[in-house]
Amino acid sequence: MSTSTSSRYDVAAIRRDFPIFETGVAYLDSANTSQKPRQVVDAMTEYLTEYTSNIHRAAYAFAEKATERYEGARERVRRFINARSTKEVVYTKGTTEGINLVAYSWGRQHIGAGDLIVLTLLEHHSNIVPWQLLAAEKGARIEYVDIDEKGELRQDQFQALLERKPKLVAFGQVSNALGTINPIAEMTAAAKAAGATVLVDGAQGAPHAGIDVQAIGMDFYAFSGHKLCGPTGIGILYGRRELLEAMPPFLSGGDMIRAVSLQETTFNDLPWKFEAGTQAITEVIGLGAAVDYVTGIGMDAIRAHEREITEYAFEALSEVPGVTIFGPPPARRAGVISFALEGVHPHDLATIADREGVALRAGHHCAMPLMTRLGVPATARASFYLYTEKTEVDRLVQQLHEARRIFA
Amino acid sequence: MAADDQFYREYILDHYKNPRNFGRLENPDISHEELNPLCGDVIGMDLKLADGRIEDVRFHGRGCAISQASASLLTERIKGKTLAEAKEIGKEDVLEELGIEISAARIKCALLSLKVLKAGAYGLGDWPGEEEE
Repeated sequence: MSTSTSSRYDVAAIRRDFPIFETGVAYLDSANTSQKPRQVVDAMTEYLTEYTSNIHRAAYAFAEKATERYEGARERVRRFINARSTKEVVYTKGTTEGINLVAYSWGRQHIGAGDLIVLTLLEHHSNIVPWQLLAAEKGARIEYVDIDEKGELRQDQFQALLERKPKLVAFGQVSNALGTINPIAEMTAAAKAAGATVLVDGAQGAPHAGIDVQAIGMDFYAFSGHKLCGPTGIGILYGRRELLEAMPPFLSGGDMIRAVSLQETTFNDLPWKFEAGTQAITEVIGLGAAVDYVTGIGMDAIRAHEREITEYAFEALSEVPGVTIFGPPPARRAGVISFALEGVHPHDLATIADREGVALRAGHHCAMPLMTRLGVPATARASFYLYTEKTEVDRLVQQLHEARRIFA
Repeated sequence: MAADDQFYREYILDHYKNPRNFGRLENPDISHEELNPLCGDVIGMDLKLADGRIEDVRFHGRGCAISQASASLLTERIKGKTLAEAKEIGKEDVLEELGIEISAARIKCALLSLKVLKAGAYGLGDWPGEEEE
């Protein structure tokens, strides 16, 4: 029987927007990248076939349309994250580039010898490595907030680290490896009160829960389009305007300048100061359509659907003998379940599942420090999104039984 | 039945569950370890040499059925061989011995133990590298 939530939320209708599901795949790897609805594909195709042109330059009508769509997507993203101004919304290649931009442009101005950077054990390598490079260059130190046995951040330890007055605190909204939803409002407020600059990695959070950057009050927020029903190669860096204004450019070249003479350059206004070279116009337009798509369904409805699927999967997986699930209880996790099946390596499980069209991730999920902490080299991970249906979870469970049979 | 499985064949599973030459050697002449960056799995190999031959070999580490079975098969193959003969073993030999179709996604699992052997046998500085194989 369908519940009241699922009767309002028409997952079958949503799935018809995604051509890939015609192949019959059970796609349980949305934390890796999401599938793309027709609406996104069509918006990109329309630009490519009907009004391809560069932006901010040409005088002809269809180039104006390209500029309009390009900047229109920025306004959609501004609304999506509730930034004060589109000046605070910078296009990047993705979350990784956004964090690197902050590490280079802000970090190299503000982090010095002996300064403390606070990260957490739940971070994706993208929110570790840029800070390690910065720390090595500047002689700064990095400390990590540990997790408890439920895979949740040790807030007592976080508070203790804040007393050491870190210059920068960076953490994820949602853990890609465990699905842990971090209390980012409380953590941001505490870190700001301690005088730190705060970056939140929203790669796994924005697509599933959305964000209100003003309500949370972080200084920087980075996320990717491709996990949010959009294309690869486009992401967003939100930065508070005062900070972005004071930062030097990251990449330099065309479009980020106002005037260039032989000896010097005046930089363009925000946000274009950070958008050097011809941008990923097709992908920006795709991202705009993706934001329309998810907000059309509603972030609350998406979150409720994912929660229902996650609870269902959590219970179904728990019932399989030999399964260990890592991380918090379903109510405190996003649509991600990392697990181990006794006697079967995650890679073998993924291979077995793949043979029956079940797409599952196996590996360290770009979170090797966390895997070390958990004492495993790798986990299997099933992750869900707005289009996931329970039969896909059922197919995974069947494959767990099949793997147990093969490896018995 | 598992015996019918084209990929997880009986002998693969057997080498996975009962790996041959598994463990460590005391005072090995050659000892080397490599990481599969895709999954974080590690395989190490200890070799004991006598008169230029591999008198004894042990492998350790953990990994998927493919990497473990491949390592187990490889240790059986090189025992008693000269170091020069071990160096001659190529990717194709290992894949042929596994006898199953390995997808691109799993090829690093299948060849991890060979990488360990080669890097150990040549010494890291002298090994031409897996790309040169």
